[in-house]
Amino acid sequence: MILQEHAVPWHDVKAQWRQLAEFMYPVWVIAQREIKDTLRDWRIVLPIVILVTGFPFLANFTASRGIAFVNQYGAGLIIERLLPFLMLVVAFFPSSFSLVIALETFVGEKERRSLESLLATPLSNGQLYLGKLIASSVPPIIASYIGIIFYLVLLRVSLDWRPGFSLLLASFVMATAQTLVMVTGAVIVSSQSTSVRAANLLASFIIIPMTFLLQAQAGTLLFANYTALWMIALFLLVMTLLLLRLGIRLFDREHLLGRDIDQIDLRGTWQTFRDAALPKGPLSLYFEEIPRILRGARTELWITVLTILIGGLIVGWWGTANFSLPVEAFALDDLLTVEGIQEAISATNLISEFSVRWIFVNNIRALLFAGFLGLFSMGVLAQLLLMTPIAIIAYVALQVGNIGINPWLFVAIFVLPHGIIELPAAIVATAQTMRMGDVILSPPEEQGGVLGVVREIGHFVKLFIFLVLPLLLLAAWLEVHITPRVVVHFLGA
Amino acid sequence: MIELEGLTKQFDDLIAVDHVTLTVPAGEVLALLGPNGAGKTTTVRMLSAVLRPTSGHARIAGHDVSAEEHLVRHNVGVLTEAPGLYTRMTGGEYLDFFGKLRRLTAAERSERIAALAEQFRMTFALDRRLHEYSKGMSQKIALMRTLLHNPPVLLLDEPTSAMDPASARLVRDAILQLRDTDRRAIIVCTHNLPEAEELADRIAIIRQGKIVACGTPAELKKRLLGPPLMALHLARQSNNGVIPLIERYASVVDVGDAWVRYNVEDPGATNPVLLKALAAADVPVVTLSEVHQSLESVYLSVVGEKAQ
Repeated sequence: MILQEHAVPWHDVKAQWRQLAEFMYPVWVIAQREIKDTLRDWRIVLPIVILVTGFPFLANFTASRGIAFVNQYGAGLIIERLLPFLMLVVAFFPSSFSLVIALETFVGEKERRSLESLLATPLSNGQLYLGKLIASSVPPIIASYIGIIFYLVLLRVSLDWRPGFSLLLASFVMATAQTLVMVTGAVIVSSQSTSVRAANLLASFIIIPMTFLLQAQAGTLLFANYTALWMIALFLLVMTLLLLRLGIRLFDREHLLGRDIDQIDLRGTWQTFRDAALPKGPLSLYFEEIPRILRGARTELWITVLTILIGGLIVGWWGTANFSLPVEAFALDDLLTVEGIQEAISATNLISEFSVRWIFVNNIRALLFAGFLGLFSMGVLAQLLLMTPIAIIAYVALQVGNIGINPWLFVAIFVLPHGIIELPAAIVATAQTMRMGDVILSPPEEQGGVLGVVREIGHFVKLFIFLVLPLLLLAAWLEVHITPRVVVHFLGA
Repeated sequence: MIELEGLTKQFDDLIAVDHVTLTVPAGEVLALLGPNGAGKTTTVRMLSAVLRPTSGHARIAGHDVSAEEHLVRHNVGVLTEAPGLYTRMTGGEYLDFFGKLRRLTAAERSERIAALAEQFRMTFALDRRLHEYSKGMSQKIALMRTLLHNPPVLLLDEPTSAMDPASARLVRDAILQLRDTDRRAIIVCTHNLPEAEELADRIAIIRQGKIVACGTPAELKKRLLGPPLMALHLARQSNNGVIPLIERYASVVDVGDAWVRYNVEDPGATNPVLLKALAAADVPVVTLSEVHQSLESVYLSVVGEKAQ
């Protein structure tokens, strides 16, 4: 609960604002104090000042030298693309300092023993949390802005280069978004850690994905794809909101004061995982345990089905509208024999070997990868990954429709024979991945939610081994041995 | 008013506070005594709505600590075990910060800070950074923070620790004033037994999370140490025949070369009769006095052995 207490009628805008102002007052008080505290600490201020003033010089120097060098070979484009990327790097370094401040917020106060008197004040969890969050975000965001401005001034003077408005805006939004996502992550780490040391060790889980993201930004800027930059910024802002919700949900005064030692209950964790993953018996597995898990993930199953079908159809339709294939692309005569189908599939280069083993292993790999991504993106990336083949099927089916063949017939012949088994297996795995993400996002009360997550991972393992794998194996066999025969039968007819 | 009824707090397998029932009315100081780890701080944290009770109830100024946390924190002033100050702030800024969090107006903050600084002789230090403060000064500023919003209930954990005798006196006087003039309900957790004896109207001794003794200092002494102990000093070693004579009126506890110690239920009635009997027996009495039994003796009789 972020906003609290007395309900104000929604139509009373004035009262709503008054309530918001009431709520935000202590938030600002905490934020102001902490920002002032940060600015009084030369160990934080000095490196930031050096980064926002010194690093732009270095970046500018590199850019100038680089341009002089590559111009000799007529490759000026490379360095032109490098200039915006350096702008993001200039913004990234000061914003990465947010980690130092944010990791300190709760656990640092706990170590200095000043936290209890703050917790004893009449502040709600949301006020305390937001105050700390704002205090950790503002200095690095401002430092990033100063860094960008300083770098651009230097570029203007030395190379007479200035970015377009869209790029400039995207850079500022990106600097803000990456600071916010790092801060929200780090504040969660800080509120859940038992010592500053532990929090610093856990910070690598924030900094590693952020450096990957910087690489992704480099890629998008190299191709001058500013839309992708906006998409990344949007993704980061969504992640920020998810992490904010998670942080407030996990925030607990009692845990902050109660836990004094770094301790993982390995035995309890293993026990929970084992209980969730191991079946109690073959009959109970298929008639009680798996149905129970699926009932528990009912919402996620519905969301997955709707997302991949609607999303896949929209993307497929968009692809058909924008990238229409010529009629010659559909050489149906090649598909009149099973061997011809196998050759046609190999020619697409999407499948290196049209065999049961290859398809089976490939599907396992894809679903496990989706599970891994889903765990760290609250299930979103797993959904997107599963949406991709649906989008491709929709795209091809609509293209086929354009040349006069019934798209439903195409789906029934080319996809359904194996898809009727493969797709549910993939949906079950993806829905359970989403469930794991949900549990991370809204952990159950017991033991800080850790065991809840472990239990859902155990359920994923159980579903994967005893339901998804057999279905995938059957689907792979059908895909190799039955689907081509169905296709040949229908096309021959 | 502070009311605890069956208040219990369990951390995994450890029962830190075990069915504690107490009442502290307005205008009373209750000293909570107990060895380290007895459950004093956990009790205070539950009363300040920082920890949730596992079971039982507690009410602060009429508000339930589990259901009305926000109102409880409004009505309580907590002096934590460690001052835990923001050392880059000045004393004045620090108090102003907490005043804002307590929703005091600028005028109220400035008035309260000035008054408390005057009371605790800290006016000179308000512009200094807190890292320059001595331990005693830090403790005083933490106490000022606790009193800033004039709460009806005070929970003070070791209020005079690290203070020099003069400052400790100042703080003790302030606590007594808060009790007598301002009619606050106060719980003081302390290891300083003379201080507890001086401040507390009642004393509760907590061991392994349970209240093992509770009452006024006099009640506790009587209940736990037995009837008053008298010391009789004689002019010379003349024990022969004296002990049986004394034992007719009281129970002899200890005997020395020229002295005897005995317990007597009602010294006012028994001692004159005894002295008369001794004079009649020609026993030369030099002095007869009551032996002062400290709270420490009470405390050790309850927790001493087990605590060690």
